[in-house]
Amino acid sequence: MDYDYDALARADLRARFAERPLNMWRYAELLPLAGEPAVGRAVGGTPLLPAPRLGARLGVDQVWIKNDAVCHPTLSFKDRVVSLSISVAVGFGFDHIACASTGNLANAVAAGAAALGLKATIFIPRTLEGAKIVATQVYGARVIAIDGTYDDVNRLCAEAADRYRWAFVNVNLRPYYAEGSKTYALEIADQLGWRLPDHVVAPMAGGSLVAKIDKSWSELAKLGLIEERARPTRIHGAQPVGCSPIADAVIAGRELIVPVKEPRTIARSLAIGNPADGFYAARAIRQSGGSAAAVTDAEIVAAMRLLAETEGVFTETAGGVTVAAAQRLVAQGAIQRDESLVLCITGQGLKTTDPLLAELPRPPVIGPRLSELAAIV
Amino acid sequence: MATIRIPTPLRKLTEGREEVAAAGATVGEVIANLEAAYPGIKARICDDSGAVRKFVNIFANDEDIRFLKNLDTPLKESDEVSIVPAIAGGE
Repeated sequence: MDYDYDALARADLRARFAERPLNMWRYAELLPLAGEPAVGRAVGGTPLLPAPRLGARLGVDQVWIKNDAVCHPTLSFKDRVVSLSISVAVGFGFDHIACASTGNLANAVAAGAAALGLKATIFIPRTLEGAKIVATQVYGARVIAIDGTYDDVNRLCAEAADRYRWAFVNVNLRPYYAEGSKTYALEIADQLGWRLPDHVVAPMAGGSLVAKIDKSWSELAKLGLIEERARPTRIHGAQPVGCSPIADAVIAGRELIVPVKEPRTIARSLAIGNPADGFYAARAIRQSGGSAAAVTDAEIVAAMRLLAETEGVFTETAGGVTVAAAQRLVAQGAIQRDESLVLCITGQGLKTTDPLLAELPRPPVIGPRLSELAAIV
Repeated sequence: MATIRIPTPLRKLTEGREEVAAAGATVGEVIANLEAAYPGIKARICDDSGAVRKFVNIFANDEDIRFLKNLDTPLKESDEVSIVPAIAGGE
């Protein structure tokens, strides 16, 4: 999807952006929507938090967290892609929104459709976390669980999109949906004062976010909106070992993405064995000089706790994958102490508490007496 | 003959048909026979080297042929083959 970059380069975009509130629509000129959004007017504008305590533990002096665990209304970066794609769908005359989802997209589509009184049908793998199912059904969406992997769900949706006149945000509206991801990275550049970091680490499921981080920053460079860098920002991709088709290709230096038949990971939001944008994500990583890491379930849980304990940010398992991958990349020397690093935290920990329940101690129970308190503190 | 499910973007090559039948003992043979009946369709499914294109998924009875024997995956008369484009975000 292209824009009239010549015309945009002549406009004083930074000044225009600065006049608008900090949310995803601040960058309207770089989004494929004419007019006002139908839904999600306040989506985005999430904090870019300096993370010195996490940085000290990672061994990197300058670390920031782009925190979409607090993106409203459904606490993940999927609110961005959904606000854009539903707004486009309404413009096309659709009254029924649908998607294939590993959870966060389901929540966002269900809420977005409800806010406009539209029908919603959401397809999920049957193994999805309970919290993500509840946080979809509560909006009145029809949820259909498929006995299979996400890739089976996705395939059914590709075929169903042929048959039903529904707006599948990540199938027949996917080009619009994907452009919404750009706003996450545009905000990072904006919040850093129109500079880019040396490194960014992002989680990969279908690979779209990594591809769009690259695209959005390339657009900013093309439009002269960011300071030129001596060396491009290195984009690093993070996946769990139980489902790492893109990371494996990057690490092996292969162009071919070999799909994973049965993903096995606690990071269910990243359990996409046949990533549609894997090729584009791997290419963006390679061209940036970045790399990838695949991390274990134990590393994911430890990293979720590390982020929460050092910075007060509770992220879902996918965020644990990002932080754990950053640890790995620092250990490997791909990220150096004196370089700057942005970590992409894209979802909320309250949606994926199961892996932590097994790890955290049960709180001690005492009577309401000082003597009992004194005995344990 | 196996039944082949055709996705919307390719139906202009199959006279609008959603399903067609084609003979062949393997997925590759079925595609070759499809090409004979509907010229131009193979180039949409396979690249110049004859391999299945990066953004096309082919399923033999619900199984991705990349987990079977790719184009050499054997087929029986009653089998169903689905051609499903991978929907990527694009450039």
